[in-house]
Amino acid sequence: MLRYLLRRMGFLALTIIVTSLIIFTIAQVLPGDVCRVILGREVGDQALADCREDLGLDDPLVVRYVTWLSDFAQGDWGTSYSTRTEIRPQVMDRLRNSMMLAAVTLVIAVPISTLLGVIAGFNEGKPVDNVISISSLAVVGLPEFVTGIFLIEIFGHWLGWFPPNSSIRAGTSFQEALPSLILPAFTATFVLLAYVARLTRAGVLEELKRPYVRTAALKGLPRATVMIKHVLRNALLPTITVLAISFGWLISGLIVIENVFNYPGLGRLMTFAIDRRDLPLLQAVTMLTVIGFAAANLGADLLYAYLNPRIRVGE
Amino acid sequence: MTSTTQVIDKKDATPGWGSRLLAVLRELYRSPASAAGTTVVLLFLFLAIFGPLIAPYDFNEQIYADVRQPPSTTHWFGTDHLGRDVFSRIVLGASSILSIAGGGTLVAVFLGTVIGLISGYRGGWIDEIIMRFFDSLLALPALLLALLLLGTLRSAFGENVSAIGRGLGVLIILIVVYTPIVARVVRSVVLSVKTKGFIEAAQTQGESQARILFREILPSVLPALAVEAALRFSYAIFLTASLGFLGIGVQPPNPDWGLMVFEGREKYSQVPWAMFFPAITISLLVVAVNLMADGVKRVFQSGDLDV
Repeated sequence: MLRYLLRRMGFLALTIIVTSLIIFTIAQVLPGDVCRVILGREVGDQALADCREDLGLDDPLVVRYVTWLSDFAQGDWGTSYSTRTEIRPQVMDRLRNSMMLAAVTLVIAVPISTLLGVIAGFNEGKPVDNVISISSLAVVGLPEFVTGIFLIEIFGHWLGWFPPNSSIRAGTSFQEALPSLILPAFTATFVLLAYVARLTRAGVLEELKRPYVRTAALKGLPRATVMIKHVLRNALLPTITVLAISFGWLISGLIVIENVFNYPGLGRLMTFAIDRRDLPLLQAVTMLTVIGFAAANLGADLLYAYLNPRIRVGE
Repeated sequence: MTSTTQVIDKKDATPGWGSRLLAVLRELYRSPASAAGTTVVLLFLFLAIFGPLIAPYDFNEQIYADVRQPPSTTHWFGTDHLGRDVFSRIVLGASSILSIAGGGTLVAVFLGTVIGLISGYRGGWIDEIIMRFFDSLLALPALLLALLLLGTLRSAFGENVSAIGRGLGVLIILIVVYTPIVARVVRSVVLSVKTKGFIEAAQTQGESQARILFREILPSVLPALAVEAALRFSYAIFLTASLGFLGIGVQPPNPDWGLMVFEGREKYSQVPWAMFFPAITISLLVVAVNLMADGVKRVFQSGDLDV
């Protein structure tokens, strides 16, 4: 287990370094003169020189990259050009909001989608399965912004159960924020639902074909016991991997959803940074999201290894 | 030696692309779900091609007398806050999303196939470098990469880039995001085919590498490639629409559906139809493409069809 852990940690570090290179190349090398981009075309020479000095643009690219990465690792994320404040505090506040939303989404999405997948798998080919499979493919595969605006219309404006706008103030506590989180979280659930339910269904079907299922049935065990104690335990294991794969989806989905609901998370901050041509802010938010994504993947892998003795002991 | 060549040539003598496409279509129409999906996709394709003949108004024509009209017989889907006919904008927007998503998918499939074939067949350090690079690209969630790249490009080139330039930006994103995925799929098939007898025979005969790759290996890759292409197309539609909605895809005043939803939201209380009809249209297309992609998967994986 320790060797496995170390290897996975090494892999995580490598992923982060390579993606940081990609991010740096896109945000710093691609636009040419970053300062001219941030400050606009009609800026004075002095302001331009100050900005270049400030961002260290006159250094060679390698030096700039290493400085940026080590500063980032030490918590110095630079200054935002649109708000003229330090990037880190505002990003951390947004990060907290995004994490709250992701947590509520997972709490709602995981049980529902797994359950639907299991029901569909156990009833392969029956009407229940067809309804779940086709509706998850069709209705639920819609873009988040479409699902989001319809949920806002129905539950926000028409029924008035939840606030139609989720723009909470900075530092709002979780309990206070919760009503604003429900609709965005359900929108994100729709995104995950189709994907997780389909893959869980496939996992159940795979497991049902195994010889031990027939053995258990021939041994005279009741069907419910076979299903719950034997099949389900094995079939749910891949679901963890499925969830890990879905993190990428979830992050993309949340970026759109935060914009639909005006929820002040990292995704909203990204589009804000793009609108204001604030490249340092855009760069910091992207980097932080990538680290979060990689860490979530690692967490899922470790959980999988912990629950599956074949990996834990076998390595 | 001659006999092997003949066998291979006979394999090449399968029906042409037209009849293969027809065969796939026939299979798609065997299940109600994929039949419905395919029909709707074909309908949108028709709109994309003949849109200018169908749309009663120009997409940017502002009819000042008819500003904020609800749906009626003159304006089927109503008019928006600028007096533009929503129905015409939706009809004319079909070519925008289909050409961007379709074009991006086609190029990504082409590049991914070539890279996957070479990478898988050659192996060694070339394979290692290409695959590690692709792995790290895929470590970035698609939309995140799209926002970073488009956001930077937009900052760098300012607001006054032509509409074609914007569409091109989205196209490039689709290519960057989907080429690695296609290449991986192709490579995995190549690895399983590479060691088969007929490849060895071709090598012994001294066939050129290009011929081995494209005449011998490619046919085995096609089924997996068709499934992947259909799947990528459905994601491409999704991503293009989402970027439009976020306001960093195709720019106003172009009739991009995602953008229309975005613009419609701001004027929602006055002209709800300007938001709802594009939203419903996007949903319809996404669902249809999903159903069709699922059908394509079924056709090629069941082995009913010899393509």
